[in-house]
Amino acid sequence: MPGTMVIINGYVFDPLNEIDGEIKDIFIKDGKIVEDLTGSGLRDAKVIDAHGKTVMPGGVDSHSHVAGAKVNGGRMMCPEDRYKWSTKKTELTHSGSGNTVHSVYVQGYDYAKMGYTTVFEAAIPPMEARHTHEEMRSTPILDMGGYLVLGNNWFIMRYLKEGNIEKAAAYTAWMMRTHKAYGIKCVNPAGVENWGWGKNVSSLDEPNIHFGITPREVIRGLAEINEMLGMPMSLHLHANNLGHPGCWETTRDSLDVTRDVKVECNMDVEWQKTKIDPKRTQSVYLAHAQFNSFGGTSWGDFESGAKGIVDYVNKSDHVVIDNGAVPFGPATVMTGDGPAIHHLYKLTGNKWSNKDIELECGSGILSFNYLKANPVHSVEWAIGLELLLLVNDPWKTILTTDHPNGGPFTKYPQVITWLMSKKARAATFAECHKWAQDRSSLGGTDREMTLYEIAILTRANPARTVGIAHRKGHLGAGADGDVTIYDFDPSKLDVNDYTKITRGFQNAAYTIKDGGIVAANGEILSVPQGRTYFTEPHKDDAIEKEMLKDVQKWFKYYTIGFANYPVPDKYIRNSAPVQVNKPLEAVVRR
Amino acid sequence: MSELLLRPKGSIDIMIEAEVINPDIFAGKTLSEIEQLIVWQGAKQLPLSGFFDVEGSAGSTAADTKIIIKGDVTRVKHIGHGMKAGEIVIEGSSGMHVGSEMIGGSILVKGDAGSWAGMEMKGGTLHITGNAGDHVGCAYRGSWRGMNGGKILIDGNARSQLGGGMNGGEIHVGGSVENFAGIRMNSGLIVVKGDAIRGVGAQMSGGIFVVSGRIKQLSPGFEYAGTEQNPKAGGTVLSGEFMKFTGDYAISKTPKGTLFASKNEGV
Repeated sequence: MPGTMVIINGYVFDPLNEIDGEIKDIFIKDGKIVEDLTGSGLRDAKVIDAHGKTVMPGGVDSHSHVAGAKVNGGRMMCPEDRYKWSTKKTELTHSGSGNTVHSVYVQGYDYAKMGYTTVFEAAIPPMEARHTHEEMRSTPILDMGGYLVLGNNWFIMRYLKEGNIEKAAAYTAWMMRTHKAYGIKCVNPAGVENWGWGKNVSSLDEPNIHFGITPREVIRGLAEINEMLGMPMSLHLHANNLGHPGCWETTRDSLDVTRDVKVECNMDVEWQKTKIDPKRTQSVYLAHAQFNSFGGTSWGDFESGAKGIVDYVNKSDHVVIDNGAVPFGPATVMTGDGPAIHHLYKLTGNKWSNKDIELECGSGILSFNYLKANPVHSVEWAIGLELLLLVNDPWKTILTTDHPNGGPFTKYPQVITWLMSKKARAATFAECHKWAQDRSSLGGTDREMTLYEIAILTRANPARTVGIAHRKGHLGAGADGDVTIYDFDPSKLDVNDYTKITRGFQNAAYTIKDGGIVAANGEILSVPQGRTYFTEPHKDDAIEKEMLKDVQKWFKYYTIGFANYPVPDKYIRNSAPVQVNKPLEAVVRR
Repeated sequence: MSELLLRPKGSIDIMIEAEVINPDIFAGKTLSEIEQLIVWQGAKQLPLSGFFDVEGSAGSTAADTKIIIKGDVTRVKHIGHGMKAGEIVIEGSSGMHVGSEMIGGSILVKGDAGSWAGMEMKGGTLHITGNAGDHVGCAYRGSWRGMNGGKILIDGNARSQLGGGMNGGEIHVGGSVENFAGIRMNSGLIVVKGDAIRGVGAQMSGGIFVVSGRIKQLSPGFEYAGTEQNPKAGGTVLSGEFMKFTGDYAISKTPKGTLFASKNEGV
């Protein structure tokens, strides 16, 4: 454990504490932020002079595909994504490769160089949880966790259809503990199940094959389960009809399904005092909204549908979205939404892979390249930015590229630049297809985000949305000692000189994790092992017993034995479980 | 033009990766700086002088630099990788990846070349007087973006997957090729004076492929489009009577690929 540290003279941006560019010293002791240091603590402290620099909490990525079977599938499918992008080993760091899908080591280093310290894997198919944990534990530096894909799970669909939400909640709780997952992810609810028959669902009220359950029922059910248990994160939704022209309407209606679901976080953690309530207020967190905000009715009259989503989000208090920006260039598209990827395969003919995950879900992977000359891709670029710039309250938005779907996370600095500089957007408008200008409202907005707002979108709000703001996303006393110092002076920042913004965010001057410097100016200086966050929710024991009987009965349909299903403790490095809905005596019994 | 001589010192055990043998990199350097350039051998990084005696001098620019390799370098990979200008002459056979991703200048191999010669080449000239291995001018594993400019001349034979994913440029083979030459090509010109075994132009959607010899087994997705006397293929006029095919209909509904096959030799 590093000793004490003081970061002096920096301009601090800490939105959860409403600190907006104030010159302020930050003190760290035993890996945690403290109010002050005295005596020997102060005398022996490592001092970092952040004069003329920007200080923010360590970055938090709430939606990124960085570990597990489909990520590795993307690696295996794309040798061309590797052989021109290799990194030598050093005395400290491992070798690695990858441009859009990196090897685990490079992922850890590159996030850290960019100032990120916490990253959540966006989709864990339960059967692939072991693989996901193997990659998370091999990723250096970062604190990680992942969301369990449950939107097409046979047990969930069955219980919800039977109206047995208690059993569905007990199943969810057991699954979280069994697979050491952090939150609930729902991908193309009820639709991926249909994909087993080569079909999909096309509306919120279309019952799927066999289970006869509708997307609306799944979304509602999982959102209620989420709050019944009191999970740290709300339901994380990848809505139906993703990637089809006109899908924005389905998305808007999907968000409305959880409008009146009462938010209830019931976690056994120590909340720090911050100016803004660190607890989430949303009952649904929409993933990569860009892919779900397509307008028009075909590729011919394709246009941005962002306005419909933005209007809805602006008048709603129960929604947070991440954008899933498209920064142009190579990408690898990967999702649990098998039919959506098949649709893309039919459109492009690019190499494609698909997988059925038995009773649970599925996935698809496709190699992709977003081109500035392509009209649809150019509109997608505009949608990704519209979604962040047109939603008035930054506490409802999060910046992502849905790595590596819209593009690799290494392009976040470019996305930040577009958000902060109208001139940077104009430069890209001039290079890309005119549809971006003609078929979106991006050109009509003058908004240029401030560093304070960028800090909300890249640390404070992702942390709050996924329920980890009790330790991440702010610089108040008690928070983890994760601090990023960017080498630009906010008092002299000229957003018209926008390449400086990109460069500044690419390589942080310092990335500090748990009070130790992990990266400085693009160089890795230490490689600590991060933590793995997961939730341990609890539900009534009697119901759980009943539920387990059902699970064991249907386990004959699985290709693996029941005993091999759970993720063993040894798969987890630096285990950081969060107790959820903890009844005292139940925990003692376990 | 300044000449720089590289003489192989002896036999090489594990193949070396020598993309530093490149006029762009040699230009403006002293002899000792060139000797100290790093090549990889397995996991080791070693100076170029460990494998070659270096003589002569490099020019101030790449265009003014000619590298002459005196001897067999079949265990040296990536000679001239990505070179933009200047000249390389190999007086012997070369290893894999000679002229990979080259952009300009010229390479002459007075002997055979290993696989991946001119891989994803963008410009310049690569002339191989002997035979070439597999994947000449081809896209690398996983990609279908192959050669898109420049010229490759092979006086002898080439093996399989010549010009895979070709997007432009020209490849001329004096001898024969084996399987899947021109697979996935969508632009450019390939002329094979000798024979081809099978899979010629498989999945091609554009470009011109000429076989003056015999195609042992024509791909099934090609449609016969008549006979032509001394047809023109790009800038090249072919002599003799050729059967013209369009394809490959196996993938695209409207392919624009053209395959000329010798009427005399047949398919």
